Amino acid sequence: MTDQTTNSIAFVADGTIPPSPPPAGETGPIKWLRENLFSNAVNSVLTILALLAIYMILARILPWVLNGVWTTSSLAECREVLQGKVGACFSVLTERWNQLLYGFKYPVDQYWRPNLALVLLLVAIAPVLFFDLPRKLLAFTAVYPFLAFWLIWGGTILAPIVALLGFAAGAFVFQTYGKSSFAIGFFGAIAAAFAVWIIGGALIPEGASDNAMLQAVPSRDLGGFMLNLMLGVTCVSLSLPLGIALALGRQSDMPLIKWICVIFIEFVRGVPLITLLFVASVMLAYFFPPESTVDLFLRVVIMITMFSAAYIAEVIRGGLAALPKGQYEAADSLGLDYPQAMRLIILPQALKISIPGIVNVAVGLFKDTTLVSVISMFDLVGMIRGPILASTEWNGVYWELLGFAALLFFVVCYGISQYSQWLERRLATDHR
Amino acid sequence: MSELMSDRQIDRSKMQVSDEVAIEINGMNKWYGSFHVLRDINLTVNQGERIVIAGPSGSGKSTLIRCLNALEEHQQGKIVVDGTELSNDLKNIDKIRSEVGMVFQHFNLFPHLTILENCTLAPIWVRKTPKKEAEERAMHFLEKVKIPEQANKYPGMLSGGQQQRVAIARSLCMMPRIMLFDEPTSALDPEMIKEVLDTMIELAEEGMTMLCVTHEMGFARQVANRVIFMDAGQIVEQNEPEEFFNNPKSDRTKLFLSQILGH
Repeated sequence: MTDQTTNSIAFVADGTIPPSPPPAGETGPIKWLRENLFSNAVNSVLTILALLAIYMILARILPWVLNGVWTTSSLAECREVLQGKVGACFSVLTERWNQLLYGFKYPVDQYWRPNLALVLLLVAIAPVLFFDLPRKLLAFTAVYPFLAFWLIWGGTILAPIVALLGFAAGAFVFQTYGKSSFAIGFFGAIAAAFAVWIIGGALIPEGASDNAMLQAVPSRDLGGFMLNLMLGVTCVSLSLPLGIALALGRQSDMPLIKWICVIFIEFVRGVPLITLLFVASVMLAYFFPPESTVDLFLRVVIMITMFSAAYIAEVIRGGLAALPKGQYEAADSLGLDYPQAMRLIILPQALKISIPGIVNVAVGLFKDTTLVSVISMFDLVGMIRGPILASTEWNGVYWELLGFAALLFFVVCYGISQYSQWLERRLATDHR
Repeated sequence: MSELMSDRQIDRSKMQVSDEVAIEINGMNKWYGSFHVLRDINLTVNQGERIVIAGPSGSGKSTLIRCLNALEEHQQGKIVVDGTELSNDLKNIDKIRSEVGMVFQHFNLFPHLTILENCTLAPIWVRKTPKKEAEERAMHFLEKVKIPEQANKYPGMLSGGQQQRVAIARSLCMMPRIMLFDEPTSALDPEMIKEVLDTMIELAEEGMTMLCVTHEMGFARQVANRVIFMDAGQIVEQNEPEEFFNNPKSDRTKLFLSQILGH
């Protein structure tokens, strides 16, 4: 031991060494280039090849975009203007702008209604997406679906009011009786809601929509990107709670509930969406009472919601399975009952784990709304494939139209993806 | 083990066992499938008792205390906790769980909630305590386990010992009459074991009824008023710590003690 305390090992710093700037070439863009693009011979070659590829792609695309023609009224005129040069014919977008966004039957003087609904959607969705916002804004979120329905479809305001009252009655019954017995509260709520809807529906006078403040627009007149957005927003927001319920039901100890959920999920997941859509457009009417004319939009919403709910349920089941058993036990040992444990402990964690998967399903679902063009609904793709490409003026304009459709979808889907990544960072509390 | 004993004088003034029965187990049996894990367990615990349950792994000691708040179901026999019989009635189970605190080997804190929220969650939702009062009580118990400054952090930012002390505080916030400890120090580094044991000793000094499954024989010797030795699903021997350690009766106990104290 004594050897180690001799002078050769002891050391005392004589003062603080002042900081000095790093040597040249060790900071800034030069260092970055050297480290990331030209770190060795192979990397340098690859960098140059990549630059070459980017150049070749841009050299083809840029002239096409920059030479684009925006103001003609048919493809033939476009070709005249271009006189054989490379260039896009974007005129189709400007000329058919309204059709691409709203479909070709929505009354032109009523476009402000879907526009307003879209703006209000952003207000309604904000407190759901960004939970730092005041919780009172959620009241508007709750009213929004009925408001948006009234704005877009128009007609008598009594219909959405009766619908809202039905939900309110159900919520009230559940609040009152759900505490003592969940089953009584749950089924009582459903019964109350239906009672209000049936009685309220009978009270709305025949022809109330004829001279309504907002002109009634039937579902078959909806179209364009508006239809995609409506289907996407409705189905995502309905399938998330349904998916959670299915995932929890699949884990249930009660065999009946468990098997209903398992069969539902496995069946719906095992069937292509397009067949479900055909069922919606052709066959679903058989399941409803003979006289009822259930709206095609509603039928499609039901089918897409079922489809994505089955996927979301499986994603959430993965999240539930990833939680340690100790979390359930800790919640139990503190005396929390099942709904409390799920709502406060299990689901917040399971949903957080499931965010990437849920977003994956949501993005997929939003893009799948274009499939409704197959059952002759005129969404964005339906408009392009149908009325626009079939017209004599624009027959043959593929790149511009489909590129535009791709761009619209990309913007929305990229936004969803960025939001989900922000959300994941925001919720990261485990500091692993 | 012995470091702990010399550490501080233990105040036994409040460690009094009352006549009131806290837990009564009568002829309890439990099976996992066809495997008989708990065999004819009979045990009466009075209010204020500190019981340490020891035994080799797989002897059923954790299962026994997990039966007491119905984390595990027993198939035969009768368990009465704090005057309420454990049955399939969910109301009874929730009532017992809110009276019985439990501390787990792996802490099981809720990682998505802050330390303070971990402590106030059950009082607010189960006991319907007003939020402000629940927070005051939580801070009181966090001070008691000596980590009030961590209240607004998340569990992931704390050391193992700190997390286990939070877990103890979280249970105490429900004002339980009985505390169950399921190997509370087995997942901890040696340095952190002491801070958790100190907290448990303080709890014992205040007269809490405690059932601890632990391998800390120093703690058993110092704090427990009764040591229970289990093997193969049955209670093999129980005695006062002094007698248990110095003068074990059964051969199985002697072997166990020689193995864990022998080095």
